[in-house]
Amino acid sequence: MIEPALEETTNPVIELDSATVRLGGRGIFSDVNLTVGPGLLVAVLGPNGAGKTTLMRVILGLVRPEAGTVAVLGRPPAQARPAIGYLPQRRGFDSSTRIRGIDLVRLGLDGARWGVPISITSNARRRRRIETHRIEEVIELVGARAYAHRAIGELSGGEQQRLLIAQALVRKPRLLILDEPLDSLDLPNQAAVTALLRRICTTQNVTVLLVAHDVNPLLGYLDQVIYMAGGRAMSGPVERVINSSTLSELYGAPIEVLRTTDGRVVVVGQPEAPHVHGHRHELVS
Amino acid sequence: MFAHAFVRNAYLAGTFIALACGIVGWFVVLRAQLFAGDALTHVAFVGAIAAAVLGYTELVGLFVLTLAVAVGMGALGRHGQADDAAIGIVFAWILGLGVLLLAILATSASGGSGVTLAHTLFGSIYSLTPGGSRLAAGIAVAVALAVLVAVRPLLLATLDGELASARGIPIRALGIGFLAVLAVVTAESTQAVGALLLLGLLAAPAGAAQRLTASPYGGLALSALLAVLAMWGGLALSYQIASLPPSSAIIGLAGAAYGAATLYARAREG
Amino acid sequence: MSTRLSLDPISDLRELFAFPFMVNALEAGTIVAVLAAVVGWYMVLRRQTFAGHTLSVMAFPGAAGAALVGLPTGLGYYVACGGAALFMRRARGSARRSYGTETATIATVQVVGLAAGYLFLSLGNAVLGGTETLLFGTFLGVSRTQVLALLIVAAVAVTLVAVSARPLLLETIDPEAARARGLPVAILDTGFLLVLAAAVAATSQITGALLVFALLVAPAAAAQQLTMRPGIGLVLSVVFALLIVWLGLGIAYFSIYPVGFYVTSIAFALFLAARLVRSIRTRRRAR
Repeated sequence: MIEPALEETTNPVIELDSATVRLGGRGIFSDVNLTVGPGLLVAVLGPNGAGKTTLMRVILGLVRPEAGTVAVLGRPPAQARPAIGYLPQRRGFDSSTRIRGIDLVRLGLDGARWGVPISITSNARRRRRIETHRIEEVIELVGARAYAHRAIGELSGGEQQRLLIAQALVRKPRLLILDEPLDSLDLPNQAAVTALLRRICTTQNVTVLLVAHDVNPLLGYLDQVIYMAGGRAMSGPVERVINSSTLSELYGAPIEVLRTTDGRVVVVGQPEAPHVHGHRHELVS
Repeated sequence: MFAHAFVRNAYLAGTFIALACGIVGWFVVLRAQLFAGDALTHVAFVGAIAAAVLGYTELVGLFVLTLAVAVGMGALGRHGQADDAAIGIVFAWILGLGVLLLAILATSASGGSGVTLAHTLFGSIYSLTPGGSRLAAGIAVAVALAVLVAVRPLLLATLDGELASARGIPIRALGIGFLAVLAVVTAESTQAVGALLLLGLLAAPAGAAQRLTASPYGGLALSALLAVLAMWGGLALSYQIASLPPSSAIIGLAGAAYGAATLYARAREG
Repeated sequence: MSTRLSLDPISDLRELFAFPFMVNALEAGTIVAVLAAVVGWYMVLRRQTFAGHTLSVMAFPGAAGAALVGLPTGLGYYVACGGAALFMRRARGSARRSYGTETATIATVQVVGLAAGYLFLSLGNAVLGGTETLLFGTFLGVSRTQVLALLIVAAVAVTLVAVSARPLLLETIDPEAARARGLPVAILDTGFLLVLAAAVAATSQITGALLVFALLVAPAAAAQQLTMRPGIGLVLSVVFALLIVWLGLGIAYFSIYPVGFYVTSIAFALFLAARLVRSIRTRRRAR
């Protein structure tokens, strides 16, 4: 069996208490309180430059808060790293990359393992068998079995994303962090990947934290939203955070949250650079 | 220095060859076709040796083969991605062919294959005959004029192919034509600087010019100027210093110009 | 070499092994084939073939310069290639891909290197034979010491690659994930370039500076046409490289024509064959 790096826990997976972070002399966010429990699908939203990626880096232990505390799985973030799967924001693979998806996933398991990759002893061979089984298991989980043996460069954006998620999941993390995973996907793929993430949360008891710039593909799947703006953050269920009064208080400026007839959310009036939730043409009509 | 005929010949041919290289090279760098240029120089090497083996004058074999390959490359279009691995293997094979031909030359002709090798690879600008140098100069001038005449369509086709075709510019024919021109310059400059080094005359002055100015006409002029200066300087230096081969001197100066331009550009930005 | 091919394999082979220079050449060739195949496999995957070519060209001024100042040429190879690798790393920063405007820089470096090499040769008055050997290789002049030196370099390089096989692979295809896993990306990058420089310097001593691609690229590229699996690909790459070297050296022994031609032609043929097999497979799969 592949053991997860840290035992299961019902404690909060992420806990920030009055956390304040500055980078390069600039204040990113201050006095942030939030709690995320296990097995939840959580989105981190907000305009560009609000500090979403910085928050991810704090949770990963790459950035230390100036004030307040951060605990991941009840420990300092750096200690919890082995139990976190991280999918950074990245462009797709070059179309001529000649490596299979399954090899990519395997590298998620042993990519950082130094030493000659030949299994000679029976222990080593047994371990390899266990690992192969786990790799196939996680590929099945993300639904990529049909194309895991093809060159990763030939696959579509959605297919590559699934394999990358498999790569992040293969070591049984307790927390999965994805930075703008839906960024380069078309709408059907966005829905499919979101549904997949939801399934992973529920069946694997993994907390999934994803940074997004548009809440709409995620509506109906989210358990919790962390909205960052104006140097602060609000955390809670979707309705409680994404509404006119909460966001106005957050931005310190009059914000209106509109719901279109088909349930989409549009946020109007942000003082930042033009960045609107939902599609522009919907706003106009 | 100019009392000697061989020096005059060298300067005559060299000046115009440098001019052509500077102008053509500027577009080669802009079009990111240095790989094609590199390939063509290798082909030129093989062409020259093949001609020597078959008994034609070097020039004919050179031009024919290089032109044929250039047009072929252009006609096949941009096939797929720039597969470096395939290019590298083909390079090596073409050079291997050249080595074979060289060996055949050594066994069949009256020797002197080592000289042929050195000259084809590294140039022999001081061995030009008056007729040869006039011919070289003439070809170079024709090439330079050809590019200058097409400068605006070529520029547009390079920077914005779609707009160019919309304006009625035949970008495919232009592309093939450009490669043909590159082939002519390549074949010709092999005498002066040698197959291995002429890539330097194409790349370094143009690279330097593009670091120093974004203006197309200014860049073209600067590229040509730098190439010619490198040629003059290199010839003069190698005349003064007997053990300094002319091609090394010329490329050395061109490279130095590029290095200086890079440092200057970085200092200006930073 | 113009001994007759008697078409009796045993006696031909026995003849090949009769001469020490031939044994040296075969040994050196084998060592270099393994080294080039392993390093080349990663190089092709990392799309660093143009860098590899430039490094190999640096072998020429390195060897010529060393001969000029009286140092052993082997040293010249390694120092020049290693130095060029570090220079390229510094000049390009952390960007691995070097297309577009950077090709002008690499082309210039390459050409200046060649010009310098020619200068050194002329200064040393070893113009003609020296040029050909350095650029196109020879198997006549491989000494016992050279073989030993090659063995040591190859052993160290291959061991380094073997020990970092997985981290290097991860960093090659997915530097982001490698960084996220805490791998020392910069060290892997620079380290690989240095290993590549060593492989190139070693291979140049057999194939010559210009024909290095026959061993460094062709076996790896052919292997990658046939399989995407890393383990099998590496093994196949080594098998192909050994094939190229043994066939090339063997045929060249019985022929008056230079070894460089045979090595590059066999390499090219091998690559074409692999390409052909792949397109047949693709077409069959599409049916």
